[in-house]
Amino acid sequence: MIIHHPLLGPRDAAEFVYLGDAALIDRPDWQAENAAEAFHAYGYLRDNPAGVHQELWYHEQGDRSWLVVTRNTVNHEISRVELARDVARARGRGR
Amino acid sequence: MRYSAFKIFREGLTGNKGWTPAWRDPEPKPEYDIVIIGGGGHGLATAYYLAKEFGLRNVAVLEKGWIGSGNVGRNTTIIRSNYLLPGNEPFYEMSLKLWEGLEQDFNYNAMVSQRSILNLIHSDAQRDAFVRRANAMFLAGADAELADADQLRAELPFLDFDNARFPIKGGLFQRRGGTVRHDAVAWGYARGADARGVDIIQNCEVTGFDIENGKCRGVETTRGAIRARKVAVCVAGSSGRVMALAGMRLPIESHVLQAFVTEGLKPVLPGVITFGAGHFYVSQSDKGGLVFGGDIDGYNSYAQRGNLPVVEDVAEGGMAIMPMIGRARLLRNWGGIMDMSMDGSPFIDRTHIDGLYFNGGWCYGGFKATPASGMCYAHLLARDAPHPVATEMRLDRFARGHLIDEKGMGNQPNLH
Repeated sequence: MIIHHPLLGPRDAAEFVYLGDAALIDRPDWQAENAAEAFHAYGYLRDNPAGVHQELWYHEQGDRSWLVVTRNTVNHEISRVELARDVARARGRGR
Repeated sequence: MRYSAFKIFREGLTGNKGWTPAWRDPEPKPEYDIVIIGGGGHGLATAYYLAKEFGLRNVAVLEKGWIGSGNVGRNTTIIRSNYLLPGNEPFYEMSLKLWEGLEQDFNYNAMVSQRSILNLIHSDAQRDAFVRRANAMFLAGADAELADADQLRAELPFLDFDNARFPIKGGLFQRRGGTVRHDAVAWGYARGADARGVDIIQNCEVTGFDIENGKCRGVETTRGAIRARKVAVCVAGSSGRVMALAGMRLPIESHVLQAFVTEGLKPVLPGVITFGAGHFYVSQSDKGGLVFGGDIDGYNSYAQRGNLPVVEDVAEGGMAIMPMIGRARLLRNWGGIMDMSMDGSPFIDRTHIDGLYFNGGWCYGGFKATPASGMCYAHLLARDAPHPVATEMRLDRFARGHLIDEKGMGNQPNLH
C-alpha cells in the first residue's frame, strides 16, 4: 500500500505504524458521569467495518506525524489522507 | 455409512460405486431449537458435539458459502497446547486431548499427526520464560520438554545455530503437538453432525436477527426467515459484521494473516518449528510442501489477501533461521481474516441479548482450538453455563479487568 502523505507525498505503508480506528482521537471526558463505561468502549470496543474505515497511522520512519487515513478494508484502497492534527482541530480540539 | 479399511477394499473391487455423499443438502426448516451461524470448523464442531454429547439434534448450521470455505481451509494446520495462562492452558490441553481421539470419535481420517512442535530459545531470559511456560503446561496436564542446543543440533542440523542476532540456545518441545489435515476436520465434523440429524445449510447468508424485547427469536437469511430458541454466532473473521446486525460492537478487529507453501520436497522437517524472535514458523505437509507464515499484516482488513512487506519479512525470517529454505520455490501464498481480540484470547459467551450467543476472537489460533471450542460452545448452548475450562472466555472481561493477555501487549490487537 502507498500512503499519500499530505506533506511528504507517496510513501510506502511499511514506513508507518498502525494504531487503529481514528475514533481514538475522541478521548472521552474523564470527569463525566459515565466515564468508566465510556472508557471501556473507547479502549476495547470497535466498529470494525467491512468497507470504508478511518484509521490512525504514525509515520515512524518519516516525519513522525500522525495521519488519518481513509481506507477500504475490503480492497485496501486508500481514498483520503489527512494530518491527524488537522482532523482533531476541525473537531474543535486545541491540539 | 461407516468408513473402514475393509470398506475401501470392497469398494476398490466393485468400481467405487457404493460411496454416498458424506452429508445431505437439506432445505431449511422454518424452526429449529438451535441455529448455528457459520459452517466453519468451530460451527460444525459445535453442531457435532451438541448432537453427540448433549443429545440436541434439532440443530441447523447456516453457511454463507460452502462449509469449510473460510479459515478452516486457509490455516497452517498446527495443533498444540503450549499456552501459559490459567484462563487458556486447560482449554487448549482439552483441545489437544480431543484431537488425539478425534478420528476414532468421528470415524473420519483427519490425518492427525503428532509430529511435535518446537519453540526456539535464543537467550537466558527467553529460556526462563519457556521454563515457566513448561511448568504452566505441566500444571494443566500437558507435556513439555526443554532441549539444549546440542540436542537440537543432533535433531535439526539444518538450522542456523550461530546466527549473529539470534543464536539458538535451545528450545521448548511439545512432542504431542503437530499438524492435522485441516479440510478433513470440517468434513469429518459435518458428516458426523449430519448423521445425527443436524441440517447443514450451505449458500445461506444471515442478513439480520429477529430480536424482540431483548430476546433473539431467529434469523433472517437469503433463504428466508428461520426461527430458533437459541442463535449461536460462530463466524471468526466476520464477527464484527454479523454482530453489527444485532447492534453489538465487539472487542475485536479483523486483520489479515498470510500463509505460504513451497513446491513439494522430500521429507526435511520432522515437526513444526517456530522462530518467535524472527516472526516465522514452518512445518512440512504430507504432500511435501513447506507450509510457513509469520505476523499478521497489522491493519484492519477483510480482503483475504495481504501485502508485500509481510511477505518480505516472513521470507527474511525463514532465511535467518533455516537458510536451506532459500532453495525452495514458493508455490502459493494467501490470506485469511483473523478476528483479533483486544487481549489475544477468545470469547465463548452469552450476549446481553437473550438467546443470542457468541463464539469468536480466536486471533490466528482458532484451528488448534476447534474441538474444544465446539465442545465448550455446545456445553454453553445446551446447559446455559460455561464449560469448566472456558469460564474466563467472557465478553465482559475487559470491563471487569480480567484480561487473558498471553503476551502482555494490552488492547492493541495487531500486536497479539
